[in-house]
Amino acid sequence: MVAPSSPPALRRLLDAIGTVDAVGVEERVAKYATRSIKKAAKVWGLRKAVSMVDLTTLEGKDTPGKVASLCQKALRPHDDSVPRVAAVCVYPSMVRHARRALGSGNGVRIASVATAFPSGQAPLRTRLAEVRAAVADGADEVDMVINRGAFLAGDFGRVQDEIAAVVTACGAAALKVILEVSELETYDNIRAASFLALRVIREGDFIKTSTGKTSLNATLGNNQVMLEAIRDHYLDTGIAVGMKPAGGIRTAKQALQFLVAVKETLGDAWLTPARYRFGASSLLNDLLRQLEKERTGAYQAPYYFSEAAESY
Amino acid sequence: MSRLPITKTPKPYVGGAFIRSESGRTFPVRDASGAFYANVPQCTRKDLRNAVEAAAKAGPGWARRTAYNRGQILYRLGEMVEARRDELVGMLVRFGESRTAAAREVETAADRLVYYAGWADKYEQVLGNVNPVASPHFNFTVTEPMGVVGVIAPDVPALLGLISLVAPVIVSGNTVVALASERLPYAAILLGEMLATSDLPGGVVNLLTGFRAELVPTFATHAHLRGLSAAVGAAERKALQLGAAESVKRVHFAAPESPAAWLADDAQSAYAIREFLEFKTTWHPVGA
Repeated sequence: MVAPSSPPALRRLLDAIGTVDAVGVEERVAKYATRSIKKAAKVWGLRKAVSMVDLTTLEGKDTPGKVASLCQKALRPHDDSVPRVAAVCVYPSMVRHARRALGSGNGVRIASVATAFPSGQAPLRTRLAEVRAAVADGADEVDMVINRGAFLAGDFGRVQDEIAAVVTACGAAALKVILEVSELETYDNIRAASFLALRVIREGDFIKTSTGKTSLNATLGNNQVMLEAIRDHYLDTGIAVGMKPAGGIRTAKQALQFLVAVKETLGDAWLTPARYRFGASSLLNDLLRQLEKERTGAYQAPYYFSEAAESY
Repeated sequence: MSRLPITKTPKPYVGGAFIRSESGRTFPVRDASGAFYANVPQCTRKDLRNAVEAAAKAGPGWARRTAYNRGQILYRLGEMVEARRDELVGMLVRFGESRTAAAREVETAADRLVYYAGWADKYEQVLGNVNPVASPHFNFTVTEPMGVVGVIAPDVPALLGLISLVAPVIVSGNTVVALASERLPYAAILLGEMLATSDLPGGVVNLLTGFRAELVPTFATHAHLRGLSAAVGAAERKALQLGAAESVKRVHFAAPESPAAWLADDAQSAYAIREFLEFKTTWHPVGA
């Protein structure tokens, strides 16, 4: 049900794409946590999740050295039985350091946030220049943020035009469009923003939940709304777009629940790093910890997996 | 009008909250006359895993407290035991102890907490050292807590045994995951209620009720537990040692031969604190 007070542009868009049954979504995702995934299926899921991780460091204190060690971790997360992660995700200024550390042709891609991440509050030409610079430095993928100010003001045309401009600026690089769901406030808004992005991005691009810089990040609920938008768009147009939940996914258990959501909403075709990613920094260590637990049968300590912890 | 009695649902104290087992299982406990008393949660290895996570989370904050403050809090726990003395004695009597023996056990338990509370800001002076070296260095040894320690309490004395094993471990800044007496788990249920009102931060002491045979293998192999303090029989000792060797953890078996030995003065010692300390030696150059 669309509130009568919502902007006319939103009402028109939602008339076309349909609204979200919020209670239904919450109820459905609550069921995902009840699936029993054990033994071989669990190991398969954990290894799949490792291969979908965008190993991320987005801090003011990032250094070339820290990015280099992140890249080492991306190339060899644990031992030979564990696959490489999908990508490393860094700030634009760190892309060339990541490229030097990773080399090329080894399957780990470089993603760079751009467009004045995380606020997006910079002039469009500055944001586009940042995208071009990141791609020129060697980024394979660009994570952009949408203009939430324009979205909430009802200026949908501007939001969509800016995404289209970034698509052009990306060239061959894949694009991930960050909706920053915590600032969109309702499931209807998330669905509307998803469609604004879906209608201008290409096959192989992604939509992404959050920057990870706000209090509320990826949840099964907003992941579900976005997966259903991708499904509806795919059924309409045949264009398959990927999905990336980011922020707040710290445990292997959560990751498996997100994979259940993907399998039950979009099917096996989306259970691949080309179409589903996890944006996370600490998730990888917990995945490795659980894989090791499955291998040895003994619960593992987090500090065996390069976790920065005190002696506890 | 007749009144329906309000019976308490026994729940162990983990991570600062009173929990049910994640499995939903319980087992019945019977009083000395054989009558049904209550259903107590039968904790599983997953509950143990969750308790270790809670203990690890609480650890750094607890270890950073001043020794004096840890002593205050342990003393406060002694106060709580003393204040609920009659209830504890009544509980032990219900499960078969004589009133005299029960009173003695509860008093000794409170005294033991005060004993270790007193050591909190003193063991360092005894166990640490300034070492003589033949070079211009100031060389000293200080102690540090180990981390999360597993405790397996004796069946009897259920209350005193549990407190005697937990107190020397936490006084130095370790945190504990303890398995209560299988025969008399209700003692740990009541102790949890005292922990919750004793200023002890949530997660420092985590109590599990359940079956030893089910939980000993996980205590032995869980790599996040740095040490084990257990009052167990020969077969369980072997299982614990094998698992501890695999995960490289320190194991200490509590010695008292009989339930009465737990009451003795020599069942408490600063050396019990030493069992779960790491020693760090530092060389500091001395100016010419």
